[in-house]
Amino acid sequence: MTDLNRRRLLAATAALPLGLGLMPRKVLGSVPQKTLVLVELSGGNDGLNTVVPYGDAAYYRARPKLAIKRDAVLPLDERLGLHPALEPLMEPWRGRELAVVLGLGYPAPNRSHFRSIEIWNTASQSNEVRQHGWLHQAVSEAGGLLPPQGRLGIVLGGAPGPLAGDALTAVIMKDSKQLARAAAMAGNGTLQTANPALDHILSVRRQTQEAARQIEARLASAPALGASFPKTPLGRQLKQAAALIAGGVPASVIKVQHAGYDTHAGQAGRHPRLLGELASSLAAFRRALRETGAWDRCLVMTYAEFGRRVGENASAGTDHGTAAPHFLLGGRLRGGLHGHQPSLIDLDGGDLRHSLDFRQVYAAIAAGWLGLPAGLESLGRPDPLDLFA
Amino acid sequence: MNSGAKHDSKFLAALLLAVFWLPSTAAALSEAEARHLLVRSGFSADVAEIETLAPLNRKTAIEKILRTAGTEAVTDPPAWVEGWVPPRMKALSAEERRALRNQNKERGLTLKAWWMEEMTNTPTPLTEVMTLFWHNHFTSSLRKVKAPVLLYRQNRLLRRHALGNFGDLLHAIARDPAMLVYLDGARSRKGAANENFPRELFELFTLGEGHYREADVKEAARAFTGRSVERKTGAFAFRRQWHDAGEKTVLGHRGRLEGDDVIRILLDHPRTASFIVEKLWRGFISETPDEDEVARLAQVFRETGYEIRPLLAALLASDAFWAPENRGRLIKSPIDFVVGTVRLFDLPVDRYEDLARLSRRLGQDLFDPPNVKGWPGGTDWITAASLLDRQALAERITGGSRQAEAQAIAIQAGRKLKGSARRAVRFDAWLAELPDRWQQAEAVSLLLLAVPAVDVEILDRRASGAQVRQLLGDPAYQLK
Repeated sequence: MTDLNRRRLLAATAALPLGLGLMPRKVLGSVPQKTLVLVELSGGNDGLNTVVPYGDAAYYRARPKLAIKRDAVLPLDERLGLHPALEPLMEPWRGRELAVVLGLGYPAPNRSHFRSIEIWNTASQSNEVRQHGWLHQAVSEAGGLLPPQGRLGIVLGGAPGPLAGDALTAVIMKDSKQLARAAAMAGNGTLQTANPALDHILSVRRQTQEAARQIEARLASAPALGASFPKTPLGRQLKQAAALIAGGVPASVIKVQHAGYDTHAGQAGRHPRLLGELASSLAAFRRALRETGAWDRCLVMTYAEFGRRVGENASAGTDHGTAAPHFLLGGRLRGGLHGHQPSLIDLDGGDLRHSLDFRQVYAAIAAGWLGLPAGLESLGRPDPLDLFA
Repeated sequence: MNSGAKHDSKFLAALLLAVFWLPSTAAALSEAEARHLLVRSGFSADVAEIETLAPLNRKTAIEKILRTAGTEAVTDPPAWVEGWVPPRMKALSAEERRALRNQNKERGLTLKAWWMEEMTNTPTPLTEVMTLFWHNHFTSSLRKVKAPVLLYRQNRLLRRHALGNFGDLLHAIARDPAMLVYLDGARSRKGAANENFPRELFELFTLGEGHYREADVKEAARAFTGRSVERKTGAFAFRRQWHDAGEKTVLGHRGRLEGDDVIRILLDHPRTASFIVEKLWRGFISETPDEDEVARLAQVFRETGYEIRPLLAALLASDAFWAPENRGRLIKSPIDFVVGTVRLFDLPVDRYEDLARLSRRLGQDLFDPPNVKGWPGGTDWITAASLLDRQALAERITGGSRQAEAQAIAIQAGRKLKGSARRAVRFDAWLAELPDRWQQAEAVSLLLLAVPAVDVEILDRRASGAQVRQLLGDPAYQLK
């Protein structure tokens, strides 16, 4: 990798405090780290035009302008199919590396972007406010069960969200120069103080510097990526994520963001563009990691605050809704359809009734991927979905 | 509801009470003590302020700060706060709604800028410190309420009562349109009582968790039904036909309780005073309230009928406030950091929107707290991201020409400018304006930091511009 590319990649960092002491240099990354890549579809993706219920006449009745024509859909089975713009995902689908989880939502759905993403981020009930992200809660609840080398998280896009809290050291890499700044941060790292506020600041500084140096060192020796990524914000974020994983940066979570899904008007132009960008970025990500042999230790999950209403609106768009399907992509998944498609007839005030609680997916990932215990209280002890091969 | 005379006499009694309890420290403050009082009760302390306060004893200094605190902002509000008519959403086309959303967004930023300007320029920073304290207690957000005018009105209400009477403030906030929208009270009606407001009233505004039961929340919700917002004006409205006038039981009190009755029951509950005192302790002294002292101060609060000014007088006069181990024990909030830095160096501000954006970037978006619990504050303010941002900010916005400073603020706030700001490296001009004796390195350190620098060695000689810059990058600069 050229120095220039590396510099671009090295963007910025910022970490959340760990509170668990320093990660010992030699422990960090001695075992290949499994990584969860979270893809936030900001704005609330229209699930019905993503995984299209093309076998259901009610879908065509509800969406005279926006429905995807039967013959354009990429069939997954005899009733459901992907939007044509998602064609790049068909190869992993056929390879059983794509899981499509249907009808995800939660009881008493909230239709505010802000509040609903907070519910998804914190795995709370609809009427409950929690301060920290679900990954923080799960890792905290499990105590020391996550090995220390896995306690690094990297945020490439959007807010820390699911990582918010101090159980994971979350490094934010967004604008340039900051990682270098962090690695070079001056300071008296060993100073002891009885002032808890100062002690906190010094420990954040130590951890940030340590993590930044680790990342810099790993990236310096990272293999070059052959796959070409779309030159869009999501493409760039996933390229960074691929370089980090291929380079052996031992992050257990990397978060990226794909913005623009709040399609209240003129959806027919914008939504296919978004889906196309999502699918081609994910396909490039998969290709890059397969080439570098890291694909089997990677799991991708999409999520969003909500889906959209069943009926289209007068501006040829869709308004805030409830349940939606989401994608999981990875080399060690049980690919295929999971859960069942919510009814288009039995609606709740024009909205889908969710058929699967999103916390069941979180619980599956916590236990089946991150190696945390099953039945975590913080995730509401849901039945985990059977996702892994 | 507000009877000035009643409060004046309460205030006097309370002041006597507080004065009686003050330790008989007639001694003048040290300069470090004067700085401590100014920074904790305001945003910053400059040489002139320190020199004015230092000759006074604790009691007089505290009285001086409390006496001058105001009830109105000195900055003119945006013109659109007058003559606003709430939009009738159902009558709007999709196009008009989009235009309204854009207008709200623009006005929301203007509102944030207005408060930033007020905090930067107010002659009585304690007024704003307390207004912000109540904003973080009785939270409401633009995100949910939408109409910036309603948040402006709420902000005026908070400022009017900021150092007044907590009971009056609580009664007023329970009728405040922004709060009625924020916590869904506006649509709460008999048979479908919304529990959002009463739940937070118990949990976050007065008692805290564990001091009430779920049944109390449900019953209190019935008492508040009918409180709503006038559609034509956005003012408070009581809709009698929506009100549940039946018997209710709240915290053991039974009767045909109204909302005001529930608030009176809460004000009679001993836990309320302790709850507020604990929160003020975390804001002004340390993250670890002392149980006995909280009990003593809560007693002061209750005996004055919830007058805030005498409570603050007693809090600021407490041994804990002055204890050396509590100096620099609090982490500056983004507002403390941004406003304090701008005030201290008298930095030129081209657009106050930039300061609002900066504070948001550092984690504190005025009028948009993260949720009903407000900003968690304390150690949560410092993440690696915010620490790096704070250091970069301190480095860029101070020194250099005034033009370069204003540009640096704008760029740091994410606003694009034509050309780039000259890198600002010289603090000599600022130093040169200080009285001679304050130009010594030790004096400059005392002026800028609450505790000794971690990274910078202070030698017994005149400070240099480079050293000022180092001090702003020191971890100790994050403390107050």
